[in-house]
Amino acid sequence: MAKALEGPLEEPLIFDRSREGRAGIGIPTPDVPIVDPHKVLPRLMVREEVKGFPELSELDVSRHFTRLSTLNFGVETGFYPLGSCTMKYNPKLNEEVAGLPGFAGLHPYQGEEMVQGALELTYELEKILEEISGMHAITLHPAAGAHGELTGMLMLAAYYRDRGETRHKVLIPDTAHGTNPASCALGGFTVVPVKTGPDGILTAKEVADHMDDDTAALMLTNPNTLGLFESNIKDISQVMHDKGGFVYCDGANLNAIMGLAKFGEMGVDIVQLNLHKTFSTPHGGGGPGSGPVGVTAELEPYLPKPRIIKTEEGYSYETDRPKSIGRMRAFHSQFTILVRAYAYIRRLGANGLKEASEAAILNANYLKEQLKDTYDLPYDVACMHEAVFSDKHQQERGITTMDIAKRLMDYGIHPPTIYFPLVVPGALMIEPTECEGLDTIDNFVEVMKKISAEDPELVKGAPHTAPRKRIDEIGAARRPRLRWITPEED
Amino acid sequence: MEHPENLKYTKEHEWILIEGESVTVGITDYAQDSLGDVVYLELPDEGDTITSGEPFGVVESVKAVSDLFAPVTGTVSEVNDALVDGPEDINDDPYGEAWMLKIDLDDVAELDGLMSSADYEAYIAEEA
Repeated sequence: MAKALEGPLEEPLIFDRSREGRAGIGIPTPDVPIVDPHKVLPRLMVREEVKGFPELSELDVSRHFTRLSTLNFGVETGFYPLGSCTMKYNPKLNEEVAGLPGFAGLHPYQGEEMVQGALELTYELEKILEEISGMHAITLHPAAGAHGELTGMLMLAAYYRDRGETRHKVLIPDTAHGTNPASCALGGFTVVPVKTGPDGILTAKEVADHMDDDTAALMLTNPNTLGLFESNIKDISQVMHDKGGFVYCDGANLNAIMGLAKFGEMGVDIVQLNLHKTFSTPHGGGGPGSGPVGVTAELEPYLPKPRIIKTEEGYSYETDRPKSIGRMRAFHSQFTILVRAYAYIRRLGANGLKEASEAAILNANYLKEQLKDTYDLPYDVACMHEAVFSDKHQQERGITTMDIAKRLMDYGIHPPTIYFPLVVPGALMIEPTECEGLDTIDNFVEVMKKISAEDPELVKGAPHTAPRKRIDEIGAARRPRLRWITPEED
Repeated sequence: MEHPENLKYTKEHEWILIEGESVTVGITDYAQDSLGDVVYLELPDEGDTITSGEPFGVVESVKAVSDLFAPVTGTVSEVNDALVDGPEDINDDPYGEAWMLKIDLDDVAELDGLMSSADYEAYIAEEA
């Protein structure tokens, strides 16, 4: 039915675009007899008809995905201040370098002698990240942050097994990233929650009260998810080490401290980095990410294998590592992601990375100061690269963090992280990154102040301009519909 | 929010109906309100032993996943299977249709540590 557009494009499901008899390509009539595949192929290899399989022309398919792409919102669409994600711009240079045939054309089964350039890049990236993190040895195997956490936990488990010691518990602060307890549990440990102190950081006393001979590690994030530096970390590390435990640091927030502080100097024993956060490789629902893990000399023998070694003849794989936890990923893990991170780091250099962190801190503090008269700021101190507000004041007019997030979309801005960390009810975790100019941040501040004063009905009804309004999450969870069904089945 | 006076309560927001040496357990109005709409529930099996203070199941909403903590030690005599299939009742009728377990107690003395309705209401007022 012909209808004029009233808002954003509506794009039907690809199944609903199907028209009988359409095909992507036309095959000319063959000049040989057509054979019935049932007569010459095993039954299991002959495709049966799939009801409702869409029949489309190439134009239909192209239009469908192009139109869908216009409904997408990414870093290159607008401001994306998702706290703790570090949604920084992915420079095009990274893509150019990753696309060089010597990288993009590699086959995972090629032998060492054919991929010396790739091994050299991987080896150098390890050394660079060791320098940045201050850790003794880095592995580039893990495919994402949580995967790096798991790698660390498995290494700890291996360490204790090696010594004939069993430790069941890992301490985790209440500000921890959600994946931390999951990684611990998956690594075979029991999670013991630890309370953050009144200043928004952990105290050595709180850790000491929980630390015992059955505790393998403390798993903390530094800077933490309140955007604060865990300034007691050296004392905390001492507490852990005195009783034979380890300190795992979640390095998700490294963007605040490059060239300013090193994990290795904080007493950290294991740390995972996130190349898709700090080092400008692509985010995207589910990756591909990359979660390198750095360890002390004591834990190095347990790193995943193979490792890359440099000899007189060149680079090669070392597989004779008896204490290694084994492989964490097939082939060379996220190799082209490593290439992108390497390009980013080499382009900025040590000074550039430090400036990036400094700018990230400056942007976050500027934003914090501008907004704190309008939005409740639970920890009114100098923050690092992100700041956490709450909806306490806005609730007086019936506006919640969820409403504010949805209304931001109407202004072409992606919402910040919401309702996390859990220690701040109604949290708005805002991370501008170093990439945004003053105009973008000033605009964001103006929009946030405007929303705070808008008619609550307008805000609660948001988003008004997005392709989809508020999703029925409960219905989706209780009555999931996981595949397209034909009109007859419905 | 309602917290019926004929029931006892725990700090983990469970309610307990005492019937001699057997109890019925569920979660409170305050708990279901904090969780939001429940989408998933996991309960133990009949015949399982449960230990006071240890988790016996899981309740999940769109906002959060929460352990359910055993208020007493004993053996599960009955499980509300209908609730597992339709956990929405936890929001609609937390004290009636949304009973979760019946437990045969090991030690009746454990009931002494439970809170009255008034104590529980004071406790949650403090938490807020």
